[in-house]
Amino acid sequence: MTPLLEARGVSKGFPGVQALAGMHIELRRGEVLAVVGENGAGKSTLMKLLTGIHQPDEGEFFLDGRPLQVNGPRDALAQGLSIIHQEFNLMPDLTVAQNIFIGREPRVLGGFLSDNALTARARELIDRLHLPLEPGEIVGNLTVARQQMVEIAKALSYDAKVLIMDEPTAALNDAEVEVLHDLIRRFRSPETGVIYISHRMDELKRIADRITVIRDGRYVDTLDADGTTVRDVVVRMVGREIAAGAGPEGVRDDRPAVLSVRGLTTKTLLRDVSFELREGEILGVAGLMGAGRTEVARAIVGADPVVSGEVALRGKPVHITNPAEAARLGIGYLSEDRKHLGLLLEQDVTANVALSSVRDLFQSWGFVRRGAMRAKATEMVGALGIRTPSVDQTVKHLSGGNQQKVVLAKWLVKDCDVLIVDEPTRGIDVGAKEEIYRLLNELAAQGKSIVMISSELPEVLRMSHRVIVMSEGRVTGELAAAQATQESVMELATLRPEAAQT
Amino acid sequence: MSTSMTKSETAAPAPALRAARGRIQQFLAFAGLIIIFAFFSVVSPNFFNYGNVTNILFSTVVIGLLALGTTFVIITGGIDLSIGTGMALCAVMSGKFIVDFGIPLPLGVLLAILFGGLLGLINGVNVAVLRLPPFIATLAMMLVAQGLALVVSRSTPIYFSDHPAYIDLSIGSLVPGSNFPNAVLVLAFAAVVAGVLLNKTVLGRYTYSIGSNEEATALSGIDVGRWKIAIYTLAGLFTGLAGVMISARLGSAQPATGMGYELQAIAAVVIGGTSLSGGKGTIVGTVIGALIISVLNNGLQIMSIPQEWQNVILGIVILLAVYVDMARRRATTTT
Repeated sequence: MTPLLEARGVSKGFPGVQALAGMHIELRRGEVLAVVGENGAGKSTLMKLLTGIHQPDEGEFFLDGRPLQVNGPRDALAQGLSIIHQEFNLMPDLTVAQNIFIGREPRVLGGFLSDNALTARARELIDRLHLPLEPGEIVGNLTVARQQMVEIAKALSYDAKVLIMDEPTAALNDAEVEVLHDLIRRFRSPETGVIYISHRMDELKRIADRITVIRDGRYVDTLDADGTTVRDVVVRMVGREIAAGAGPEGVRDDRPAVLSVRGLTTKTLLRDVSFELREGEILGVAGLMGAGRTEVARAIVGADPVVSGEVALRGKPVHITNPAEAARLGIGYLSEDRKHLGLLLEQDVTANVALSSVRDLFQSWGFVRRGAMRAKATEMVGALGIRTPSVDQTVKHLSGGNQQKVVLAKWLVKDCDVLIVDEPTRGIDVGAKEEIYRLLNELAAQGKSIVMISSELPEVLRMSHRVIVMSEGRVTGELAAAQATQESVMELATLRPEAAQT
Repeated sequence: MSTSMTKSETAAPAPALRAARGRIQQFLAFAGLIIIFAFFSVVSPNFFNYGNVTNILFSTVVIGLLALGTTFVIITGGIDLSIGTGMALCAVMSGKFIVDFGIPLPLGVLLAILFGGLLGLINGVNVAVLRLPPFIATLAMMLVAQGLALVVSRSTPIYFSDHPAYIDLSIGSLVPGSNFPNAVLVLAFAAVVAGVLLNKTVLGRYTYSIGSNEEATALSGIDVGRWKIAIYTLAGLFTGLAGVMISARLGSAQPATGMGYELQAIAAVVIGGTSLSGGKGTIVGTVIGALIISVLNNGLQIMSIPQEWQNVILGIVILLAVYVDMARRRATTTT
């Protein structure tokens, strides 16, 4: 039987780099094919060829056995290729229905928009997909997970033969991932197929039939999901073995508390959040999406206003009203959204690494010492193993993992005692994750204190000396490393806070 | 690890290549100026001579000064509409200080410039502390400044006839034996100062940071509000200086003028390649942009093209300049 979609010997080069070289992909009918590879392995280039943003230099694509020529995103949709990009392409001020049918609004009387028809069609689609959405909701008010669903509904509203998803679960928690997988299973039919690009190894086995591994723009191997271990995949992906990494060693209770938070409450979400962070400790913060983990971080560094509560640094109460003050006191916050809140994407590595410390380290009489900045940036690039051709590289051209290291470098240069890292490994590949983990462990060993917020439970369990779990804006429990298991954390994370209070 | 370098470059040409492209762009803007200049030199015999070139430079001064200050604001992603009427108000204040109050000239000039700084400071506070959109905050200031200029001067021009030294600030000549106007030297000096501020100082670095990503800059521990106030204040100081220079040139402070200058200044900044969405821009670009505007005005005038058509042509040049700049950016970012 001819494959549904096939790439034969596809190559694509850009000035200075061969992004794809003789790539082969074969998507069979009715299957979910996972495509995995480190950042920069060529996945995005492959997507851009399939959406017609670029044309291949060599090789051909085949759809249903016929040569496929894609002349742009619209053409891709017309030919039955629906692609969900990692970054959402939604208009936050429009409604769910308006977003789904953007550019294809039902019209009446030669040009007038028909809101009724639009709503009806959106509702029909949403019902068919069993999505918890309302056509009239404003997309900007939805959670990230729901926004993701809007993207999916939009993609499926075209009569897609092939659905291609790029990192669809990067922003989702486990429950939401299940909903997504359900959708995928329902979409799959003998006439359709799904290409699923992901870094989350654990879920590949749950959703994929086969796994194609690519590395450095080349095809490596295709494995049946059944009978393949995560390790098999990872080894092929990175081309080397990865140490499993020992769990954390406990931090003795007699270590002094560096950061104490008592009764932190905000207007909208947080209620009476209290915890202590000890010297040299990695404190994991677990919880479902929307539990208030990021809000705690933002409240501590003064990015969001606080209604009541106290923050003390080494026993001294401090009143932090903005992130500048937090930084002065040695508290750094690495946002979960590194592209929008962490980096100056259009600027080079040097500018980003030096950003927080320009006034402390790199100026004399108001004049910036560019040489010193470059020297420091070069040093950090070496120390953290940031893969960049030079410190003058614009950071938007770096891979996700390397961007994250740049953000980390920024705070290391600032020499903060307390680092709050929010989803430090979101959207980055396995190899780079390991390096981030190693860096965080090293920092803790040097006596820095780290709050690690993460949606990936295995990561929290592996890295944390202690774990606090949040649910609906409250801390529902605290677990020592030895007690923390998937089950114990999930139990606390799904606890109704009313029950927790009693 | 051996393959790591190629991986990180996947989406990017080598930095050396991109740096070269950046230089090419600056060269292009400059080349545009040269081409317009050459064109007028060929079609009009009265264009390319010492007198007229000096004239062009002289007529660049006021727009140039306003454009320099507002370059900073625009790089942060903001806008300052108050610089035109603000300039008129500063000119009137200069007249008040020096002519009416009899304050010694150097001090009076300094006070007029500082008064411009005060207007900028108020803009900055409105934008950074009250969090008004820059467009609205400075639109309001534009009206306030225009009204105050008329109120303070009782709607009559203030003449500097008894203060020839003041007039010499603009049309006098420091260069002995020539008639090269001081105003051009003032602009050149101001441009150097602005260039140094933008490229070499902490203020400049944060100007770009805020424009690139304001929230990330704030979360990096930088007091964005304070720096924005500083940047608007700086723009105000340039406005004050422009007020002194225009009243020195005219020999009088004209309270009813000023409106419209802000748009010319913004046009100069934009022609110079500064992005209205922030994060990008250069002082050299702004100076070239201001020169392009005055070369065009001057050349078209010499060719006896009516004022109405001059505006049409200037509009088209703005469209062209921005289009070329955007096309170039698209070319370098689609990989």
